[in-house]
Amino acid sequence: MTGPLLSVQNLKIEATSYPPGEPPRDVVLVEGVSFDLQKGRVLGLIGESGAGKSTIGLSSMAYGRGGVRLTGGKILVNGRDIRTATPAGLRALRGHEVTYVAQSAAAAFNPAKRLMEQVIETSLGHRLMTRPEAEARAVDLFRQLGLPKPETIGDRYPHQVSGGQLQRVMTAMALCPKPDLVIFDEPTTALDVTTQIDVLAAIKRAIRETGVAALYITHDLAVVAQVADDIMVLRHGKTVEYGTTDQIINAPVQEYTRALVSVRSKDHPEKPAGGTPVLTVESVTARYPGIPIDVLKNVSVTLNAGHTLAVVGESGSGKSTLARAITGLLPPLKGRMTFAGRQLSNAVAGRTRDDLRELQMIYQMADVAMNPRQTVATIIGRPLEFYFGLKGAARDKRVAELLEAIEMGKGFADRYPAELSGGQKQRVCIARALAAKPKLIICDEVTSALDPLVAEGILKLLLDLQAREGVAYLFITHDLATVRAIADSIAVMYRGQVVRYGPKTDVLAPPFDDYTDLLLSSVPEMRLGWLEETLAHRKMESAGN
Amino acid sequence: MKLHPVVSLLVQRVALGLLLLLAVSVLIFAGTQLLPGDVAQAILGQSATPQALANLREQLGLNDPAYVRYFRWLGGVVQGDLGTALTNGQDIATAMGGRLWNTMFLAFWAAVIAVPLAITLGLIAVRYQGRWPDKLISAVTLSTISLPEFVVGYIAMFLLAVKFRVFTSVSTVYDGMSFADRMSAIALPVIVLVLVVLAHMMRMTRAAILNVMQSAYIETAELKGVRPFTIIARHALPNAIAPIVNVVMLNLAYLVVGVVVVEVVFVYPGMGQYLVDHVAKRDIPVVQACGVVFAAVYIGLNMLADVVSILSNPRLRHPK
Repeated sequence: MTGPLLSVQNLKIEATSYPPGEPPRDVVLVEGVSFDLQKGRVLGLIGESGAGKSTIGLSSMAYGRGGVRLTGGKILVNGRDIRTATPAGLRALRGHEVTYVAQSAAAAFNPAKRLMEQVIETSLGHRLMTRPEAEARAVDLFRQLGLPKPETIGDRYPHQVSGGQLQRVMTAMALCPKPDLVIFDEPTTALDVTTQIDVLAAIKRAIRETGVAALYITHDLAVVAQVADDIMVLRHGKTVEYGTTDQIINAPVQEYTRALVSVRSKDHPEKPAGGTPVLTVESVTARYPGIPIDVLKNVSVTLNAGHTLAVVGESGSGKSTLARAITGLLPPLKGRMTFAGRQLSNAVAGRTRDDLRELQMIYQMADVAMNPRQTVATIIGRPLEFYFGLKGAARDKRVAELLEAIEMGKGFADRYPAELSGGQKQRVCIARALAAKPKLIICDEVTSALDPLVAEGILKLLLDLQAREGVAYLFITHDLATVRAIADSIAVMYRGQVVRYGPKTDVLAPPFDDYTDLLLSSVPEMRLGWLEETLAHRKMESAGN
Repeated sequence: MKLHPVVSLLVQRVALGLLLLLAVSVLIFAGTQLLPGDVAQAILGQSATPQALANLREQLGLNDPAYVRYFRWLGGVVQGDLGTALTNGQDIATAMGGRLWNTMFLAFWAAVIAVPLAITLGLIAVRYQGRWPDKLISAVTLSTISLPEFVVGYIAMFLLAVKFRVFTSVSTVYDGMSFADRMSAIALPVIVLVLVVLAHMMRMTRAAILNVMQSAYIETAELKGVRPFTIIARHALPNAIAPIVNVVMLNLAYLVVGVVVVEVVFVYPGMGQYLVDHVAKRDIPVVQACGVVFAAVYIGLNMLADVVSILSNPRLRHPK
């Protein structure tokens, strides 16, 4: 066949939205999107959340989450319009001609079934292969994707393999029925950078060796630049820019694309060393109850008043546990902590009200950190009442000031969390922490769930507030771009220990220890050929694969 | 060698069940001690002389402290000796044996029909969620559970025994009866019991599976082009076993313990009738024995539900 494998023409997708307190209305999610995908090519769809990229990806399988409907345009797969296909015709398409790799393999695998059973399900269900043939192909794919013990890994259950492995098994599952097109929907977003690079390389190799076409959906332009031939930039459901990867990365035409390309290169000049320490952590060792493993081993760090200490490391490195130890939620076994010149009781129960007030915390998931049935004014007003006894007009005035400080304005006071965007929710959480007039705020992955441009706004806000209020941040993150943008000093954690610690410029300058080298080199760079170069120069294998 | 975590969990559950049974036996014993009336008086009647009463009390060991009597009773129960009925002097274990077997027979056939039927109906209700098959299944099962058992019993009797004469209205069973005759005799009570327990299990199956249907892996299966009913039965059901099995066991226990009304309606010689007869006659040892047997069935089935729940969890079955 000579026509394109996938042809999307003037696509329009709508959904019914149910805003709280208002009648339901139809919203347009995607409009006027057109592209052709030839056999063996990879098209990257990139944009912030809400840009419609996943919606477009799923629509090429004629699938809409919730009440999402295809209302206009054409989608041709192998020349057939899938909008007019029967349910049986769609089942024949899904899992055979077009397959799907989801963002969270951990959630996308059935926990009650062995991996092999799930990997070969479509090949058997669509009667493409016999069971021995399908199993042999699956083992080949496991090997091709660099999975350990390819012969036996299929006998395992999803919870028995790591996240990076699971994502590769999911790729094998998508490739097993020899599809024409694979939709990769943020396949590496949930992984650590050190794991992401391996999975990315495995996916790229598998795409090349099987000659399959792919739609690669991500919010990370640097990632998509490594695998895609062409890139389409989307915003609010419309095409912003569509071109070859080289053109989008090196010669973006649109303002929005230029902002995406440059978002990673923000740098914040570090503050001069010195000043009084607000927090010292000395030789802290901690364990979770009942598990005889030191999750923190002999951790010592110091944070000066008004400064930012970034704690970086991959999942399982102990960085969030350090936050739990400092807040007293997980009392350390050994070691001592000093806060604002006072000895800090290890357990939260032994701390004074001032200790609690001056040490605040902001979380990754802003929406679950707020009571959905309280208004913004109640959420921000609560610490004002609790710590300062403010009531009535005095409280409302202070809430308005705080809303002003987070650049939201007092019009938001009566809103509920569900009516806010992700970035606004995180701002409200920041205001709630600020309400207590803290000396130190622990920020646990506060920008990880946000789109790059929104995250950038939050980081800028945090820096402004630091300059104005003199508050110190202990900033936990796995993202080194975020570290560059906000930190004064850095502690690199690996398996419960601080492996590198010092002022930002020292930590980020060679010579590196092996782990820091691995971590730094794993951060995708916005240029073509980065992936291959990096893999060729690695000294240390990442732990997560 | 280290024990598999599932084995130690299961041992824990069984030990807990036995402990619970022991506690229940104390309650049953204490409860029957609180009942008004004197056993010796009950046996000998109002006209007995004080001397005769005192002798009998001595003979039955009624003058011993309560805990001595409890352990004597418990010792017997553990060895399968449930004591002697006061009213007719029969050995309770022997007298109860046949009754218990009859009740189990009835419960077994009711369960064999009701459990697969309820789960299948639950699966169909999920498949056609919000459409007419779902609504029909919910409406029918809810109406049968809303009617009192004796009403369902008499309606069934009227329709199937009187009007159409398919089955007999009285479920008399006796030793030496052929299997076919026995099945025909219990048909009506089985139908009534099935109708009574169906709704609860069906609705739990439906709710548990609908909950699982929200999971990301169901979307994965849909995107693999798996048939809707296969998704429900093969991908969702295995992840909904734990809540379903708990409700199933609760209903199975009800089939054994709660059949009194149905047995009376159909004059079926099971445990329920036996218990009711002897409560009326203040036959304390029989009441105690029935209580212990019912408690054992209840605790045993719930224990089994826990065991199945544990075994249905792949994380426990196959640790990292």
